[in-house]
Amino acid sequence: MAAVTAPTDPLLRWDWVSSHAGSIVSALAQHVELTLIAVAAGFVIALPLAVAAWKIRALRPPLVTISGLLYVIPSVALFVLVQPITGFFSITTAEIALTSYTLLILVRNILAGLDAVPDEVREAARGMGYGPVAEFVRVDLPLALPSIFAGLRVATVTTVGLVNVTAFIGQGGLGQLIIQGFNENFHSPIVVGLVLSVLLAGVADGLIVLTERVALPWARLRRAT
Amino acid sequence: MHFLSQVGHWLSANWGGPDGIWVRSVNQLELSAVVIVAAVVVGVGLGLVLGHSGRGGFVAVNAANAARAVPSLALLTLLAIQPAIALKGHGFLASFLALFALAVPPILTNAYVGVRDVDADVRSAARAVGMTASQVLRRVEAPLALPLVMAGVRTAAVEVVATSTLAAYVSFNDLGSIIFAGLNTQNHVQTFAGGLLVAVLALATDLVLAAAQRALTPAGLRRSGKVARTRGVGADATTVRARAA
Repeated sequence: MAAVTAPTDPLLRWDWVSSHAGSIVSALAQHVELTLIAVAAGFVIALPLAVAAWKIRALRPPLVTISGLLYVIPSVALFVLVQPITGFFSITTAEIALTSYTLLILVRNILAGLDAVPDEVREAARGMGYGPVAEFVRVDLPLALPSIFAGLRVATVTTVGLVNVTAFIGQGGLGQLIIQGFNENFHSPIVVGLVLSVLLAGVADGLIVLTERVALPWARLRRAT
Repeated sequence: MHFLSQVGHWLSANWGGPDGIWVRSVNQLELSAVVIVAAVVVGVGLGLVLGHSGRGGFVAVNAANAARAVPSLALLTLLAIQPAIALKGHGFLASFLALFALAVPPILTNAYVGVRDVDADVRSAARAVGMTASQVLRRVEAPLALPLVMAGVRTAAVEVVATSTLAAYVSFNDLGSIIFAGLNTQNHVQTFAGGLLVAVLALATDLVLAAAQRALTPAGLRRSGKVARTRGVGADATTVRARAA
């Protein structure tokens, strides 16, 4: 029987970590960069799309259906399917696929938030003399913000996980460490990639929650009562 | 257009044999089915019991959701280099364990929330007509929780089928093998064809499970269409999908 080369190294070798601190930090930095670009781009595209679908009823079924279908496509598949268009092993390919996933989460949450604004509130705003634009900016949007923030949290945490998979198309951030560890039959890079990926998701999530608390003091107030 | 016709040609030429599309699709579905069955047994069982007793559920659900932040790729590769697991069953064991960890949280959470959300009055009424605690669970809480349970199973199943593509990376022979072999040899036609196949398989899984979800919803709940719809996939925080692959 062919002996499988068993790694006898401990789960984490600190001497490896300290001697590879530079490459770990740059993998982490790339991971953060890929995530930030995808979420920011996703939000910039999702907001007008969702608002349009909210205002124009006819746009809603196709948008919801298409985004639902796209969302089911596995990330590995989506990465390789956009490759011929956006370039093999390019950062654009990774970003387009990552952005499309955030888009789907964000559109759904923005729509849900806007839908949840009670008609009475909107009528009251109109009764107080708000025009359509003022009503949207000062009534609908603020009331939809908790749902939008919830969408941002899911989108960000999801993207942090998905970035790992882009290692297969030449990007990957921490995913590069994971693949390296597997190829070398060596625990430390995988464990470092795993732990930093989880920590990054947690920190990003925490930062968004914190932003929400600062930006929406009324939402916290309502929850407390 | 030339590229797509090459893809079409590749697809039509690679169906048979042990490394053909057919065998690899079956392998992928088999692996996914085994994982889902195991995850349903554990997740639904645990979720219903915790939801019924109302004890420890909060902790379990939060722990399960925190576990979702672990990237499947990391878990999969970490398992695959353990001597005790390694590439047993040509990567089956490592893949099974990693996918199982992915599948349990959404199923457990939805089962738990489904039971917790049953109207307290309904529960009291069931006790009042003389049902025992286990009858309440089996004949009242479980059927009322079913739509949400099915939504969780559907979410988990689609994620598992999608992520089982990565199993190919630890040498399990499925559709992912087509993609990875294509990437390694820079055969873009084959890579694209593999991506197409995986996408179709995932979409088909979702459609079949959506139909199953509708069919399994108790008739009484189906009639009040609004309830069923607002409880569909992604309708609330508990079913929001954190994608793993």
